[in-house]
This record gives sequence, structure tokens and C-alpha cells, in this order.
Amino acid sequence: MSEDAIKAEGLTKIFNHSLVAVDHINFSVKHGEIFGFLGPNGAGKTTTINMLITVLKPTEGTAYILGHDIAKQNTEVRNSIGVVPQEYTADEDLTGYENILLCADLYGIPREISKKRANELLELVELTTFKDKRVQTYSGGMRRRLELACGLINRPKLLFLDEPTLGLDVQTRAATWNYVKTLKKEFGMTLFMTTHYLEESDALCDRIAIIDHGKIVVIGTPEELKESLGGDIITLSIQKDVDITELVKKIPHVKEVKKDNGSYMIKSENGEVTAPLIIEALRKEGQVVTKLSLTKPTLNEVYLEYTGKSMRDAADESRESFFAQRAMMRRSHT
Amino acid sequence: MSEANSGISKSKLHGLWALTNRELKKWYKAPVVFFLTLIQPIIWLGLLGNALNLGNMFNPSLIEFPTITPALTQPQMAQLGQFFGGLGSQILTSTFGTTSYISFMAVGMIAFTALFTTMFSGMSVVWDRRLGFLNKVLSTPVSRAVIILSKVFSATLRSMFQAAIILLIAIPLGFKFGASFNPINILGVFAFLFLICVGLSSLFIAINIRSTRIETPMAVMNLLNLPLTFASSAFFPIDRMPDWLQTVAKINPLSYTIDGCRQLLINSTIDYSKLALQYAYVGTFALILTTVGIVLSWRFLNK
Repeated sequence: MSEDAIKAEGLTKIFNHSLVAVDHINFSVKHGEIFGFLGPNGAGKTTTINMLITVLKPTEGTAYILGHDIAKQNTEVRNSIGVVPQEYTADEDLTGYENILLCADLYGIPREISKKRANELLELVELTTFKDKRVQTYSGGMRRRLELACGLINRPKLLFLDEPTLGLDVQTRAATWNYVKTLKKEFGMTLFMTTHYLEESDALCDRIAIIDHGKIVVIGTPEELKESLGGDIITLSIQKDVDITELVKKIPHVKEVKKDNGSYMIKSENGEVTAPLIIEALRKEGQVVTKLSLTKPTLNEVYLEYTGKSMRDAADESRESFFAQRAMMRRSHT
Repeated sequence: MSEANSGISKSKLHGLWALTNRELKKWYKAPVVFFLTLIQPIIWLGLLGNALNLGNMFNPSLIEFPTITPALTQPQMAQLGQFFGGLGSQILTSTFGTTSYISFMAVGMIAFTALFTTMFSGMSVVWDRRLGFLNKVLSTPVSRAVIILSKVFSATLRSMFQAAIILLIAIPLGFKFGASFNPINILGVFAFLFLICVGLSSLFIAINIRSTRIETPMAVMNLLNLPLTFASSAFFPIDRMPDWLQTVAKINPLSYTIDGCRQLLINSTIDYSKLALQYAYVGTFALILTTVGIVLSWRFLNK
């Protein structure tokens, strides 16, 4: 068994000889890791995942999935991975149970095994009571869980999740997070997920890659990425109108001081330690602090720093297109 | 979950029945859809078969003889009626191969239904692509050819079922089997249907395999539906058509299917060398288009 669960080497996809969707990316995902893939719409997330799951052929470069080359050994790759797509792909006219059995058949799993596994998986995603109901009657959260169960039918060591919580309410999202954690903890699975929600990747992922314009701009643990921004931000105001920039700069851990509209933006590591030091130093100089706030950088700031685009905008955009697509599909169904 | 799929043996065709059955379940498990597919041939056959009942043109009891006839005695009238009736059946037999137009048309209707049902297989490819189902299937170890073949077989099975329904309801509507009919011939008819449906659904899938818009298969259906039907022997014999239309109808594989089925079901004699040629033509059509479909699936399902 190879060292990495996924190893991409110069992976590239060019559409129609001109549109570079994914541009020579290199990264690796270790066994048992939850790896998050972030980026704005059109950054190349879905194209990358589609290449990794062998739905798209790379134009250049390749990747190794559990040691199998995606360009040359696609049957081996397909057998060893599970995929939970972004869309609701379960057949609405069939029951949940029938849908799982259909997935099992696609992997060539014999009925006596697949029936047992289907029941186990329905138990895992808490759909046992609904297993003989048609998927048409399922809620969005139930459908997601069914997709998850389908993706696990071949007992993959590596699971791909494309936007697993898009369009879900808060409870269902939290429940999905729990399933993901369970899969990692109890079954030692490796998970590769794309997401638009930064708090989600912060809470779940061991490591994160941010992709923009087809290139990976940064890769690391959520903590590393946040630290790479240069620490916490302390905002303070003082009573008198005097410049304290030079004074604050001398305080340990302070990295940067900016005066902005009568208040000061101070970048510092360990902000909760630095803030009292600043108050103390100013008091010695006879200055009174009237307001002070401390902001810990979130992945939102990280994302903004590396893509120049707020994640909230990106998420809204994608949710809109998602609902537009679903509405379209519903219309054409009737 | 570390015990992988070891010990699971797979043939190249695994998943074929699962995917075919998925399509069939959408049909037979949805009562409305199933009911409509049953009722549709009844309506068509009942409406078209009776509206276009050409046999009635020569029904002596419906012919009003001109007023010069009072000179004729009652028995002479009866004779005249018989004469026209006989002439009528002569004309019908030489045109349609049988005196019963509804029998002639019922066979055409079987082929028309096959065409219609298979056209929808092109549409279902586009649906699966749009709904993301196709992508999901592509990420599983199912062979690309199996994805196409499952669509082909489900359309074929549906058409064959509808054909059986048409034959069954045509009998009370006046369907007459030919003199050389033998129950075994029914199998021959289904063989024809199998071949033509495999060929046609491969054709429509091949046309739509790259399409992401649902409008494309609809446009294709609208464009090809009526020309393929009327430039064939479905409702009217080819040799009574103008030359240019004959040329088209003689290429149309539907004509060979329909003529072959008529030989097996309603014609008074069977020309076996002609029948062999008809099987060969439709068989070649099916073989070529299935090959094209499978080759395209390798080429275009993996972009």
C-alpha cells in the first residue's frame, strides 16, 4: 500500500483545447485524513474531483488513488472508492432500499452480501424506518443520507464528498458532520470533500487546500492557515487624539499597527495575552482606552486573503444556482 | 470497513440487469405511466384503424347505386353488389395483402409504437446526465457499454410488451390472421421487434449521447417521428407510393420490419427468401447501430 491515499502529480484539465480548468496541481492526502477542498465557483473543484473519481480524463499529469493510476487503472480506482455526489442522484421512483441495492449491483456485489450491507447502512444513516418508502417522499436531509449510504456500499477506503451539506438546514448539517467524523474514527476512512462552508471545513478537516483559477493557492491545517495571516486583530480606541502607533509597536508580539478613523488595528499573535499588555502600557503613558475588541482570524479571513473573494458571496452564489437547478428539475418533472 | 471487495467476481456485463430494471421499474411501478402505455395503443388502433378503415370503401351495403338502377331486378342488384364486393376485396388484397385494413394497420402500429418508445431512450440519457445520475454511474466500475445497453434493452422490452398488447386488442377489433399463420410466427414477429428496437434506441442514444439539453432529444423526436413513420409501409404499401418516396421507404428499416411482420401474421403466403432478406436487413441495422452506440459511449462518456 502506498504512503498516500491520494497523490496528484501535475494534474491538469483543459476543455476544448483552451479553457484551463485545472492547472498542474500537486497535492497529497494521507491515509485516515479528512481533506477539504475549498474555492470559489469555477475554481476547478468539481473538475478535480471528477478527474479523481475517473469520470473525467486528465489532459495532462495524473493522480494515484490508493496507489492506482487514475489514467490507466480506472477499474481498480472505481472499485476502491466511494462517491457522494453533489446532486440528489437517487431514483425518486424507487424506494431507499432499492436505491442502495441498485448501487450495490453497479459494483457487482452479490445479493446475499448487498442485502445485509444495505440494512447496516440504512441503520447507520438512520433511514431504516423509511427504507420501503419511495425516495420521492424523502426530505432533503434524508436524501443526502441516502446518497451517503449509497457511497459506502462497496466499503471504500476513500470516500469523495462533493458539497455534502449544500442546501441543508443547521440540524441536518450537524448530523452530516457527525457521520463524517464517525466514518473517520470508527472505520479509519480517508475523506476528500469539497465545501463552501468555511466553518464546516474548520470543524471537520485535518487539512485544507484552497484552489483558485485552477491552481492550489495554499494548503495546510486550518490552524496553520489562520496563523499564516499573522495572528489576531485587536481594535482599540483611546480618549485623547494622540498617535500611539510607535508606542504600541514596542509591545511584545505586536506585528503591525494601523491607524484607521481614530481607532487602531493591531495585528498580534496571542491577542488575548497582548491586549492586557497594551492597556497596561497605555495607562502608564496616561492614555485611557475607551473601546477594545479582539478578533481571532477565521477561515473566512484566510479565504479572503488567498482568493480575494468573500466566501459568503461564493456560497450564496452557489446556493442560488443550486436551487435554480432544482426548481428547473421539479418543473420539468411535472 | 477494511475488508474490501475481494472474492466478488464480476463479469464485463455486471450491472446490466440492475440498470435495465431501474428503467423498467420507473414504468411498471408507476401505475399512471403503466396505464397510459396500455391505453395508448388501444386509442391509436381504435381511432386510426376505424377512421382510416379503407375496407369500408368497398362494402356493398354502404354503396348507393345511381338512380339508373331501377331497371334492374332484385337478384340482379344482389349480383351487382357481390361483384363490387368481390372487386373491392381483390383491390384490397392486391394493395394491402389482406382484405382487412385494420390487420394491415395493426402491424404498422406495432412498428410505430416501437419507434415512439425507443425515441424516449435518447431522452433518458439526457435526463440522467442532468440529474447527476450518469456521473454517479460513471464513477462505479460498470462498463460504459453496459450503461448504453441498459437503455437499449429497457426500451426494447417495453416496446415488445406494447406490441403484444396491440396484437391482443387488434383481434376483437377485427384482426384477421393470414392463411399461412402459425402460432410459432409470433416468435418471429418478436424477433423482428427486438432487432428494430435495439437498432432504433441505439440510434437515438447515439444522437443524444453528448447532449446536456433536454430540448435536443425532443427536437430530434419531432423531426424524425413522422417522416420515419410515413416513409415506411406502416399505413400504406410502398409500391403504391411515388418513386422518390419509395426510395426513402426502401431504405427505412421500419419498412422491412413491418413487411416481415405482415408476412408472418396476415399475408396468405410467406415468401421465405424475402423474409430472410428482411431479417438480414433489420439485423444488420441493429448490429451496426449498437456498435456505433457502444463505440460512442467509450468515446464520449469518458470525456
